Amino acid sequence: MSASLPDHMHPSRSFQGLILTLHNYWAAYGCVVLQPYDMEVGAGTFHPATTLRALGPKRWNAAYVQPSRRPKDGRYGENPNRLQHYYQYQVILKPNPPDLQKLYLGSLEAIGVDPLLHDIRFVEDDWESPTLGAWGLGWECWCDGMEVSQFTYFQQVCGIECAPVSGELTYGLERLAMYVQGVDNVYDLNFNGRDGDEKVTYGDVFLQAEQEYSRHNFEHADTAMLLRHFDDAEKECQALLKAGAPLSPLEGEMAAKRPEGVTSEGTSRTSSTAVATPPDQPSAGHPPLKGEGSHRMVFPAYDQAIKASHVFNLLDARGVISVTERQSYIFRVRELAKQCGLAFLKTEAGGFAPNNAPNNTDAYKNHPLFGKF
Amino acid sequence: MPDILLELRSEEIPARMQRKAAGDLRKMVTDGLVEAGLIYEAAREYWTPRRLVLDVRGLTARSKDVREERKGPSTKAPDQAIQGFLRSAGLTDIAQAEIQTDPKKGDFYVARVVKPGRAAEEIIAALLPEVIRTFPWPKSMRWGAASGPKGLRYGKTEGRGGEALRWVRPLQSIVCTFGPETEEPVVVDFAVDGIRSGNTTYGHRFHAPEAISVRRFDDYVAKLEAAKVIIDAERRKEIILSDAKNLAFANGLDLVEDEGLLEEVSGLVEWPVVLMGEFDEAFLAIPAEVIRLTIRANQKCFVTAPLSPLEGEMSAKPTEGVTSEGTAKRTSSTAEATPSAAFGATSPSRGEGRLAPRFLLTANIEARDGGREIAHGNGKVVRARLSDALYFWKTDQADLPDLDKLEASAEKFGLKRDAVGKLLPLDQRMARLDHLGVTFHAKLGTQGERVERIARLAEELAPTVALAFSPLAGEMAGRPEGVPSEGTTGTSSTAGTTPPGRFAATLPSRGREASSTAGTPPSVASGDISPEIGALARRAALLAKADLTTEVVGEFPELQGAMGRKYALLQGENPSVAAAIEEHYKPQGPSDRVPTDPVSIAVALADKLDTLVGFWAIDEKPTGSKDPYALRRAALGVIRIAVENQVRLRLFPHFQSLWIFHLLNERSDQRKIIKDHLLTLEHMSPSVRFARLKEFIDSLPRSRRNPHSDDALPDLLSFFHDRLKVYLRDQGARHDLIDAVLASRAPLSPLAGEMSAKPTEGVTSGGTAKGTSSTAEATPTAAFGGTSPARGEGASANDDLLTIVRRVEALGSFLDSEDGKNLLAGTKRAANILAAEEKKGTAIAAIVDPALFREDAEKALFAAVNQAEREAGEAIRQEDFSAAMRALAALRAPVDSFFDKVLVNDEDVAVRANRLALLARIRAATGQVADFSRIAG
Repeated sequence: MSASLPDHMHPSRSFQGLILTLHNYWAAYGCVVLQPYDMEVGAGTFHPATTLRALGPKRWNAAYVQPSRRPKDGRYGENPNRLQHYYQYQVILKPNPPDLQKLYLGSLEAIGVDPLLHDIRFVEDDWESPTLGAWGLGWECWCDGMEVSQFTYFQQVCGIECAPVSGELTYGLERLAMYVQGVDNVYDLNFNGRDGDEKVTYGDVFLQAEQEYSRHNFEHADTAMLLRHFDDAEKECQALLKAGAPLSPLEGEMAAKRPEGVTSEGTSRTSSTAVATPPDQPSAGHPPLKGEGSHRMVFPAYDQAIKASHVFNLLDARGVISVTERQSYIFRVRELAKQCGLAFLKTEAGGFAPNNAPNNTDAYKNHPLFGKF
Repeated sequence: MPDILLELRSEEIPARMQRKAAGDLRKMVTDGLVEAGLIYEAAREYWTPRRLVLDVRGLTARSKDVREERKGPSTKAPDQAIQGFLRSAGLTDIAQAEIQTDPKKGDFYVARVVKPGRAAEEIIAALLPEVIRTFPWPKSMRWGAASGPKGLRYGKTEGRGGEALRWVRPLQSIVCTFGPETEEPVVVDFAVDGIRSGNTTYGHRFHAPEAISVRRFDDYVAKLEAAKVIIDAERRKEIILSDAKNLAFANGLDLVEDEGLLEEVSGLVEWPVVLMGEFDEAFLAIPAEVIRLTIRANQKCFVTAPLSPLEGEMSAKPTEGVTSEGTAKRTSSTAEATPSAAFGATSPSRGEGRLAPRFLLTANIEARDGGREIAHGNGKVVRARLSDALYFWKTDQADLPDLDKLEASAEKFGLKRDAVGKLLPLDQRMARLDHLGVTFHAKLGTQGERVERIARLAEELAPTVALAFSPLAGEMAGRPEGVPSEGTTGTSSTAGTTPPGRFAATLPSRGREASSTAGTPPSVASGDISPEIGALARRAALLAKADLTTEVVGEFPELQGAMGRKYALLQGENPSVAAAIEEHYKPQGPSDRVPTDPVSIAVALADKLDTLVGFWAIDEKPTGSKDPYALRRAALGVIRIAVENQVRLRLFPHFQSLWIFHLLNERSDQRKIIKDHLLTLEHMSPSVRFARLKEFIDSLPRSRRNPHSDDALPDLLSFFHDRLKVYLRDQGARHDLIDAVLASRAPLSPLAGEMSAKPTEGVTSGGTAKGTSSTAEATPTAAFGGTSPARGEGASANDDLLTIVRRVEALGSFLDSEDGKNLLAGTKRAANILAAEEKKGTAIAAIVDPALFREDAEKALFAAVNQAEREAGEAIRQEDFSAAMRALAALRAPVDSFFDKVLVNDEDVAVRANRLALLARIRAATGQVADFSRIAG
């Protein structure tokens, strides 16, 4: 695969060659190769292609690069190993194939890591994302003592049990590139694989940005504005979930014709729970509708959850969030993610079938929150 | 007899779970076999990161037939019942059953059922899926298509929903063979979630990826070893350890051994290959312990030290954590307060505890290049990690960026500044801890408030602690706090030595410790030590938690205290202050070292008492096996510190003052009301203030009343008594003696005795000495005033742990003597008679009237009792319990002769009442020392 690339694009010489090699490898396996999500996120997992698509019963194999922002990790470009903006290469396979470890090792070989020359190890690492309400079991993958990837079998995402389980691979691209290029400072990475005047380094591309964003993240980001933005994003997320909830009279009527047993009675309450009124209180306006239907605005709502998460990270970097407040902010983002996840199960991509086809979300019927969205 | 070979091969099992999992597998399988009626000769488990292996030898080939007789219904029973019986007994016709006759019930059916034995193979095939499905992993997971919704297909696999198999990581294959040594074993055929058992496995992931066919354990081990897998973890450990030692030695170095790390590393490899990597010598400026933890935690590598005669001193003892080092230097920590061995790296010239810039890693492959790339790669990562550590270490010594925001906190705590008025580094960290409002516990306020309380209490305790360490300690040992020393003149000869009690050997006596005073810092050894010790204790307490906000402790929480000590020394703190920052966490358990420096003792006691009172105040006491805040350990710590350092400490007054301060920390509307009221009480002594404050709080409307209850305090004291009993019992003391002493009539402290005798006086004459009047006053009787007098004398009086211990010792040796045994018998007899008469309602005179004596023995006893009671009382006041016992011993002869010659039950009611009063005096006299009725024998 990498053989099809010109020599100077070999991962041992070029950062972009590394990315292209991984693209080739996973595209050949059958993954949908996506482009980065166009929002600020803390990790590739936040991409809806992972967070949302990990839910529901449908097959899903995707690979993409995701620029990831961790405002707190900024070091004004002075630390050779730490960046507030870096790239993750993300692969999600649902359900995980039985030979996922082998596939992963194959990708390392593709980028030039010889497993009989380098010590590759799977070291316990239970992954958890409190803001996404997600956890899984897996490993840090070590190459000669360096963690180059995370390997996770998702057990829960958005507070919802994964059925089936997805396998998630996250490669730290800069680290991996530093490794295969034999470079000690991230800014010295050869980006384009050329030499002499034509050579572009990682520093050429990102050093100035690292310095500027570090100033922004630690010193200048307007905290009052960010606090507003957090609240706004939270409200917008809830409003969009409410507006997209399956509530149209037509859908209600259609649903009412179906046998009792298959409907989930909670649907009519959707709007009221979204704005956190007691679930037993019937919503004002039209009479409550029996029935179910697809949710119609999950992705836009989830964007707002992502936004809230990033704003929180910025506020955290600015040091304006106290220890106790921290927990409550994390909790608020998690609630948004959970609501989005549950709404996603009410969509076609989430496996929801209006006519109760076997391919439906039965697996979630017993979830305590099921039916609220 | 046949053997079983079982291998469960999976993706990498976390190292920390492997050993137990393999043990669980052996137990579950062998238990299951035995339960099914099979017998085996031996079973042993093995494991690697990728497999659990079980080798069962000498299994019986079949379980035995089991015959049983099953009683059925009466022959006259309706058909329905008979049909039911046939079904349950497995018969087709009732003719197959026998008929038995019972004289009462008449004829009834009996079925003789033979449950045929089953083939071992069949039993194993049924047992293993069950074992695998119910395996007790601490954390397990679902995976793959089987984890999909039930009935949904993904390729060849069908989703199983909630029934999907859970394993620690995906289970890949099962080997299960069975057969005698002489024959070709067979595969025991079964399947779990689509994984079918077989005789195929795989070797090393990279060295031997091909399938391997195995027959039984012996060839399995050999074939795997050929495929570069060593299934015996103990062997892998031996290989790693000896290779690491040899490689280090060949490079002129010593391996710094680490058993916990060795265990972990052996669980990360199937084929261990030890290699050496290096890092820049400049990193050795970082404290050795930080280097070790950095390399250990992140890289799972061993560190090395230059070869030296001190071999072994640096060896890490992970189970003891940071407390391990310096154990050998029991006295020197007080004497010199030098940085302990592990931290010697900052002064490399010293040589001890210094590391070498080489580390040892364990790879899982025999690399083509002999491991050069691997060592190089690991070295890079270690260097990056050490850069971080160095950055943390330097950052912690530099100014904080938000220094300007810390002024208010700095003022509040009176933190220290340098010549140009800038806060010292560790002081900055303390200011920040307060400024950030870091919560200690939701109901107990912030760390800042906590430090404030601990600092106040540590300063308050310091004079008391210092007493035990003063040059007069030998004499003073017998003195309760606050009693003028001139009172000891009469008894000084005896007071100085601990009575040779039965566990005296385990409790260091002050006499033995006395030599250490010579080496204590000048501040301690000088005559008037209290004020300076108080200031040092306060300073140490203010800095004790500061390192919680340092970068290094953030990275390695187990270094809390140890880093604070380091940073304190770097900013020029008094060595005792620096030591106290580390030692105030001690002792961490029954075997951990107890601090011996007075400053450390004061802060350690204050920290633990504050925690205990706080959690008692919010009713978060340990229950059963639950003790999330390690309160039992804290109480044991207080006990050990007080007893082993011979510190006389009245606990109750400190409970009370801490309780008040906890009230003030309460974030509620009462805080202001209480605070305002407290201002009006400011001129009063703490104990009076406490009593008044309690009255005030009780007078608040219930809704406003603080949920904190001061009833918690006597309860906390009895918690201490319980812990003390456990402690003394572990030391070999009889628990009935402890009970007897705790129940003694006279309060343990003579001060309390005086106080209850003269409650109106308020202040005792003895309480004026050495600024300890506040504690002397704060007796329970005064504090609780009229509110609950009953409680005041009993529970809260016995709050001096050291005195209780001495008393138990003295009582123990007294009861070992002939006099003691007889007096015990006599006293018990008196008590029994009294109890019986009291029950009958017999009149007992209030006081003994000598005019009513008829016998000489009566007169003699009366005189003896008067004298013994007086002398024993006086001896107790002097804390000379041996003397008190001697005084009581004088009672033995008169008591014996009284019971010999005098009939208590005289016909004359007045004489009898008088004699009973005399018996009551015996009980009272001995009761000053202990409640003899609680002593066994």
